[in-house]
Amino acid sequence: MDIEQKLENIRGIIVRAKRWDLFFTLLGILSLMVGVLTFTILFVDMAIEGVPRLSMDFFTSFPSRRAANAGILSAWVGTVLVMLLTALAAVPLGVAAGVYLEEYAPKNWITDIIEINISNLAGIPSIVYGLLALGLFVYYFGFGQSILSAGLTLALLILPVIIVATREAIRSIPQAIHEGSYACGATTWQTVRDHILPYSSAGILTGVILGMARAIGETAPIITIGALTFIAFLPPAPFTGEPPAGLFDWIFAPFTVMPIQMFNWTSRPEAAFTVNAAAAGFVLVFMTLAMNGLAIYLRYRLRKNIKW
Amino acid sequence: MQIPTRYEAGVEGNVLKANVSDLDFYYGAFHALKRVSMPIHDRKVTALIGPSGCGKSTLLRCFNRMHDLYPGNRYAGGGIVLYPDNTNLLAPGVDPIEVRMRISMVFQKPNPFPKSIYENVAYSLRVRGMRNKSELDDRVESALKGAALWNEVSNRLKELGANLSGGQQQRLCIARALASDPEIILFDEPTSALDPIATASIEELIIELKEKVTILIVTHNMQQAARISDYTAYMYLGEMIEFGVTDQIFIKPQKKATEDYITGRFG
Amino acid sequence: MSATLPVQVPLMTEFVSDRLSKKASRHVKERIIEFLLFSAAAFSVFVTVTIVYVLVKESWVFFQTVPLSDFLFDTQWTPLFDDAHYGIMVLLSGTLTSSAVALLVAIPLGTIIAIYLSEFAGFKLREIAKPFLELLGGVPTIVYGYFALTFLTPLLQKIYPDLPGFNLLSAGLVMGVMIVPYVASLSEDAMRAVPMALREGSYAMGATRLQTALWVVTPAATSGIASAYILGISRAVGETMILAVAAGMQPNLTFNPAEPGATITSYIVQVALGDLPHGSIGYQTIFAAGLTLLLMTLAFNLLGYWLRKHYREVY
Repeated sequence: MDIEQKLENIRGIIVRAKRWDLFFTLLGILSLMVGVLTFTILFVDMAIEGVPRLSMDFFTSFPSRRAANAGILSAWVGTVLVMLLTALAAVPLGVAAGVYLEEYAPKNWITDIIEINISNLAGIPSIVYGLLALGLFVYYFGFGQSILSAGLTLALLILPVIIVATREAIRSIPQAIHEGSYACGATTWQTVRDHILPYSSAGILTGVILGMARAIGETAPIITIGALTFIAFLPPAPFTGEPPAGLFDWIFAPFTVMPIQMFNWTSRPEAAFTVNAAAAGFVLVFMTLAMNGLAIYLRYRLRKNIKW
Repeated sequence: MQIPTRYEAGVEGNVLKANVSDLDFYYGAFHALKRVSMPIHDRKVTALIGPSGCGKSTLLRCFNRMHDLYPGNRYAGGGIVLYPDNTNLLAPGVDPIEVRMRISMVFQKPNPFPKSIYENVAYSLRVRGMRNKSELDDRVESALKGAALWNEVSNRLKELGANLSGGQQQRLCIARALASDPEIILFDEPTSALDPIATASIEELIIELKEKVTILIVTHNMQQAARISDYTAYMYLGEMIEFGVTDQIFIKPQKKATEDYITGRFG
Repeated sequence: MSATLPVQVPLMTEFVSDRLSKKASRHVKERIIEFLLFSAAAFSVFVTVTIVYVLVKESWVFFQTVPLSDFLFDTQWTPLFDDAHYGIMVLLSGTLTSSAVALLVAIPLGTIIAIYLSEFAGFKLREIAKPFLELLGGVPTIVYGYFALTFLTPLLQKIYPDLPGFNLLSAGLVMGVMIVPYVASLSEDAMRAVPMALREGSYAMGATRLQTALWVVTPAATSGIASAYILGISRAVGETMILAVAAGMQPNLTFNPAEPGATITSYIVQVALGDLPHGSIGYQTIFAAGLTLLLMTLAFNLLGYWLRKHYREVY
């Protein structure tokens, strides 16, 4: 076969193959567009329905059987209080576990079991955590259907997120820094306290924010505990009430949170409540987007800043 | 001249700081050091040379128990005895942290902490519980002077250590190692990541430092060993082939294997 | 020969005795800290054990009343009626149907996006798309449920007017879009981990991007992609709110997505919304259902773990 012919054939094959490349590129962009479109429609639809409903009244009123008067006061206060408790429980526990696994744990079967467990817990549906909470916190410990139970449940739920984030942050610290610290005569704890934790704190913070963003939107476990969907009062303010026991009245109070309030309104047939649901949903999505966005931004800044 | 192979103080004014005797070391199942013996002379520079994989860095890291940080490693045979207290550094009952407080290390690639210049140097002191600000200031200053870095950084101690040039970073690491008044400083190929000018300044520094501290340096650069060391040890595949006064090793080595390496016939 | 000691550097003596005397207390402190940290890590084991214990304990009582064969093979689920039936199959059908719809959406879309981002897209596009996918996955599921009920179902009804207001299709589709980020992200990570050397070998033979992606990169990343799929399945099976809102909570033994149905998860929500006395048979059903769900997710997790371990490609 002469050279001209050969080149012709090759060019033909390449042109055909490249057509497939183009086709796939279009397919890929289209697939991404499905996600973009869904997100945009979701957001815009809720914004159009819900934003007009947003007003000072909306944020400072309790829910009511009349849609026009209903507000999210008890819901967002409840969310704030529950999140407070979640953070207080999950962060120390998660960071401590992450530090142990990266800096102290020997390679033996005990460590293996712990690691398998953590990756397991990450895959358990959130409603199972709700069942755990019902049996353990609400009834066995007797915490009741309270902010304490909710906070602890969500803490357990996001624990794997925080542990993984801590481990990743610690792993990004080069071995040379560890060796430098040990060579100065530091103990393991001194190395962790003076170097590992400070240098990984930004990564850990990112993980904490992501965990909290997840916790804010969780509905199923809180419903299972028995958070009431119609709460027309506020839990007592933290640390008011008579000391010593009264200081903590608030954690045992019944409560509701934002996602549950939205769920309640979505379940009502009246169109006016749909508007309320849209408004609550908008606030919720806004909060989660802001937190996720913050975490992504922090991670981006992190990558540029530390010089090893 | 008789090279002392065990602690014989006062011989010709050369005194030993440490002595490695019949040391074996295993990375898992791999026999990395085979019955290695050598003396370390007090306040002199001893160089370890040899081709890649000969075990010189492995031997160096035995001195400050760096191997203990990683599982699967094993010391066997004799040990490393530190004078004057006759402590075997590798004995199971000896605390590695204590060893590292007496023996410092400078690494191949400068590894300053992402902290300020002041804090980098002060870390060794803080780890020993020193809190008094003026004492810390004094010690940091004398360490930086000892590392020939003070003049360049005295007015920017709060700046990040990582902002210094490669040669300055390495001198910062040397200052960090000096701050705690160590008995021995271990140098693990300290200039292999530096340009020739920075290399020269580090070499000058090492020659100055030996007045006060015993120095053990691993280098793959034979000329460097010839320039700065008083004693040289040649290792090959985990064995100590020859040890002697530097001039003698380089001009008239006693073993053929040493001669082959020094003349560049291999490695 | 007298063994005269060399001149001591004066500071050394102070240091030596100082350090030696601190040794014991330093070690005790280190040990205590290590123990505290270990407890935090071991806590995760405690959580797993407690979950299993709580579910099994309540289910045990349940199975004293309801025989296992009934539970597995009865075709009705009416635990709160006088003539109570406890056939888990009914709830399972809802779970399986909605998950199937979701995965039919999520797996193809997720894989295509992963291949596109990993092998085709430029750096800038990837830097924008990945965070965006993260945001998409971070939307609370109740919002997705609202979207399915109030936007997607009416839209689908324009095409297929017989579609009931509550249906598994709508919920399944939205669930699929929600799962896409997980599948895409994990698959893309697996593909990016394939070393450039393999790709270079392929391009050097004259292959195009698509050929390299399909014949070299994807096979090399199989174990990572497979575990991404398994994570997707796990997510679909365990999802609650989208189904609770958009599929109705009416138990219905069907595999037709154009009908309403209850899943294991939405049933638990329905019961929790009501007011069941602690210890009643109704209360126990949610634990029996939960145990079934847990066993399913555990099986998937183990499968994913095993796949990762045994088929991890060594580069």
